[in-house]
Order: sequence, then C-alpha cells, then structure tokens
Amino acid sequence: MASKILKPLVFVSCLLPFAWLFWLGNTAGPGGSGLGPNPQEFLNRFLGEWALRMLLIALAITPVRLVSGWSGFMRYRRMLGLYAFFYAMLHLTSYVVLDQTFNWLEIWNDIIKRTYITVGMTSLILLIPLAVTSNNAMIKKLGPKRWRNLHRLVYVIAPLACLHFFMMRKGIQMEPLVYAAIATGLLAVRVGYSIRKRARQN
Amino acid sequence: MLLKKNKSWDMKSIGLKPTDITPKHLFDSRRKFIANSGKTMLGLGIGAIAGGLPLMANMKTAHATTPLNAMKSMVHTLGRLGEEKLTEFDAATQYNNFYEFGTGKSDPYENSGDFKTTPWTVSIEGEVANRGVYDFNDLVKPHQLEERVYRFRCVEAWAMVVPWVGVQLSDVIKRLEPTSKARYVAFETLHDPDQMPGQRGFGFKWPYVEGLRMDEAMNPLSLLCTGMYGETLPNQNGAPIRLVTPWKYGFKSIKSIVRISFTEEQPPTTWNMIAPREYGFYSNVNPKVSHPRWSQARERVVGDGLFSSKRPTLMFNGYEEEVASLYADMDLQKNY
Repeated sequence: MASKILKPLVFVSCLLPFAWLFWLGNTAGPGGSGLGPNPQEFLNRFLGEWALRMLLIALAITPVRLVSGWSGFMRYRRMLGLYAFFYAMLHLTSYVVLDQTFNWLEIWNDIIKRTYITVGMTSLILLIPLAVTSNNAMIKKLGPKRWRNLHRLVYVIAPLACLHFFMMRKGIQMEPLVYAAIATGLLAVRVGYSIRKRARQN
Repeated sequence: MLLKKNKSWDMKSIGLKPTDITPKHLFDSRRKFIANSGKTMLGLGIGAIAGGLPLMANMKTAHATTPLNAMKSMVHTLGRLGEEKLTEFDAATQYNNFYEFGTGKSDPYENSGDFKTTPWTVSIEGEVANRGVYDFNDLVKPHQLEERVYRFRCVEAWAMVVPWVGVQLSDVIKRLEPTSKARYVAFETLHDPDQMPGQRGFGFKWPYVEGLRMDEAMNPLSLLCTGMYGETLPNQNGAPIRLVTPWKYGFKSIKSIVRISFTEEQPPTTWNMIAPREYGFYSNVNPKVSHPRWSQARERVVGDGLFSSKRPTLMFNGYEEEVASLYADMDLQKNY
C-alpha cells in the first residue's frame, strides 16, 4: 500500500532537479537568468552532477539492504538507475546541442583528444545496455543470471563517471574526491559481503 | 574631479582631450554602457565614443566600490575590434575564477564581501633600484589612470569584453628602475587563509604566483589595473590591484597583488606548477595550440545567452598586431 504512494513520490522527487532548471531559466540573474552568465556551462555541469548523484543513490540501495537487512528500497532501484541514465542523456544532450551546437568535428576531437571526455563518454555508452534492459521483459529474455552479470557493468561505470568528474576539474579538488569516496565505499560494502558469503559457503 | 586635483597634467602629451573623460554622472548612475556601433566609433572618433554610451539601468555593484575618474584610452577602445559589446557588469563581477575564494564561478562574488583591501601595500623586490614597500596608491598615483576596453579570454574557453581602469605597467616599471639584470617580472597574490577561504583547503600551493618576461611586461597593452566599469575593483575581481594582459589566458592576469619582484631567472607560475603539460609559462591565447582539457579553437562569449554558439578564437586574442613581435623567433607549439 505504502509503495502505491511512495513510488510516485520518488518518481516526482527525482524530476525536481530537472524542474528546478526551468524555474532558474525563468528567474532573473546575472547575465540574464538564474542559469547565470554562462548557461551552457551551468546546465552541463548541473545535469552531469545529477547523473552522478542518481547513479550513486541507485548504487546505495543494495548496501543499505546488506547492512540493515531491510529491503524496502529495492523496489526503487530500477527507477533510480533509469534516472541516472535520464540525467546522463540530458548531460550529453546539453553538451552536443547547447555547448557545441552540433559541431560534430569539435565533438569528435573532444572525445578522442580530451581524456576526461573519453572517460565520460565511455561511461555513458556503457550505461545504454543497462538502461535498455531495465524492464521485466528483458530480464525474462536474458534470464536472471545473464541479466545480473550484464548489470555488474555498473561497477565499471560508476568509477569511470567519478574519474570523469575528477579530471574535469582543474587541479585536485575536494568535491570530486567526495563522490569518489562514496562510490568506493558503496562498492567496498558489496565486496566485503561477497567475501563473507564465500567464506561462509566454504 | 581629478582634473582639479591634478592641474599639472599635460593631457595633450598623452594624446587625450578633456572630452575623453567619461562623465562622472554616467558612472554615478550605476549604469552599464554598451557600444552604439563600432563603426561609428571608429569613424567619428572619441567624441562619438563618449556620446555612444547609452544609459542602461540596473547596474548593481557586488561589493562596495567607489567611482574612479579615468581618461579614455585613445588606442584601446571598444571600437578596436568593431563588433563587440561590453560584458554586463553583473556577469563580469559574478562569474569569474579567483580560487582564493573558492573554485565555483560565483564563489568569488559570494565569499569576498568582507575581504579587506585597505590598507594595502605592495612590496617591490629584486633587481630594481627603487625597492621597498609601497602603499598601492603610491604605486599608481604618479601615473595616468586610463580606461581600457579589453577582450578577456579565459583558458576555459569563455570570453568577455571588460572596461578596465588602470595604469600602464611599463610606466610603473620605468619609475621603479629595474637593473640590467632584470629579465622577468614576478607577481604574487596575498596569502591570507583567514580572509581567503580557498586557501584553507588542500590541493593548491599558495600564494598564487605569476610572471612575465620583461618585454611582455613593458608592452603597452600590459595594464596594472585598479578598477573596472568606472569604479574601483570589486573584491572578487582582484581588488585593490591586479594585472591585465589581454593577449594571454586570464589566469596570467594575477589578482590582489602584494609583491612584484624583478628577477634574472624565469619565475615559477602557479598553474604551470600544478599541471605543466596544460599550462605553460607564456599561456598566450592561441587557437592552434590545443589544450588537454579544452579545444582553444573557439570560445563562448559570456552573456550571449543559452542558444548562442561559440565564436572562433583569434590569435593572441585579437592583439596580434601589438604582441606578435614579442614571440617572433619562438615555436609557440612548444612555448605554449
């Protein structure tokens, strides 16, 4: 019963950052609007940060279950993962459409020459098969084991996304390190439990 | 106003007429001005410039600033590159990099409100006759304050057009009388973690240092800047005194200077120490030298709106005529 109210609530909450952009775009601010004097940069960074946040929130669901033993959040995991993909696609779209205005040569040069973009693009491309298979029909089609193995790609995607963020910033900065530490923690819990499980089986 | 105080100025000798002074009421009404038409300005000269600065409402100063009276530069005017308009005051003062106050673009504006810039001294050191600690006013007072409209190009591929107020660096250097050994000029920003929250973290080695080769410092474009938009510099833009070298990426234009040293050896520079492969000593704006982080071929004009596209970046940020000779014998791919 609770899920009938909570699920739409989580769904709408995840849309709030996106809605916030429309609010900002329609308020006054330096350089025109609340999006600031360089709105392309602002949008791109905002969307990228939310993609990473959603990804980490989705990755936190399983550790919460492992540590607390309570699986109440599990039903939101797929939605959160899809939101990570949603924000990542908007992040890419803002880059292609607003920042580079479809300058494909520049975009291609960025992807091959600028390591942080190479890393970010790889992470984003790897996210696509996960998004495409995030539905019951695909789980059925692939079978639970193959599906689970495929979705373990997220253990590569999250570190790449964190690396992309770290490399994007000039010098060594605190914020990307915080995200990287969270991602490391979330993966470490899994590793810890998997080792314990194996030890118990032996 | 300044004319009353300094009757001895020979304006003709520096190529200025009384009409070149931006009328004080224009500044007092806190407006931003825009160019009427670059062509008109070029064609009709200075008179048209003064007349071509229509009033626009709603210029807020971010932090307390006081009006300055400066001569309009005859050479470095808005009409120089024709088509460009000034960056809005709010954009130029609320979107910039000044890592001493945080790494976000609005951090300098948000975190520098209580920054103390009086009293302020600048220590003159090294290979120079007139060494000593100067009140920053004493350093600039003997020289003509000029308003110069320069293009500003950040290494992050965004660009502005800013009306700076300052004195020509070469005039100050001449007065300080560097020795024959002085081949470089090194600059240093204040190091005061109590006032500068960005200096409390890790990852950066403070104080921020920058440097120029002597001939670069002596180039007439180099400006020791004390104001912008007709007023003293807002804290977040490097108050009370900063450097502006418009043909170089913005990080060369060091802010809140407390030390100027004349050296024989090339001085270390902050970004070069952090990432030597990305930031060279020269850091001239060069669309042909790609950066590991940003293509430098194009730039975003700040304030052009959400649906504007980037424009091509010009060699030396459009100041090729003035500075290309400084690098005539150099491989700019290597000396980036």
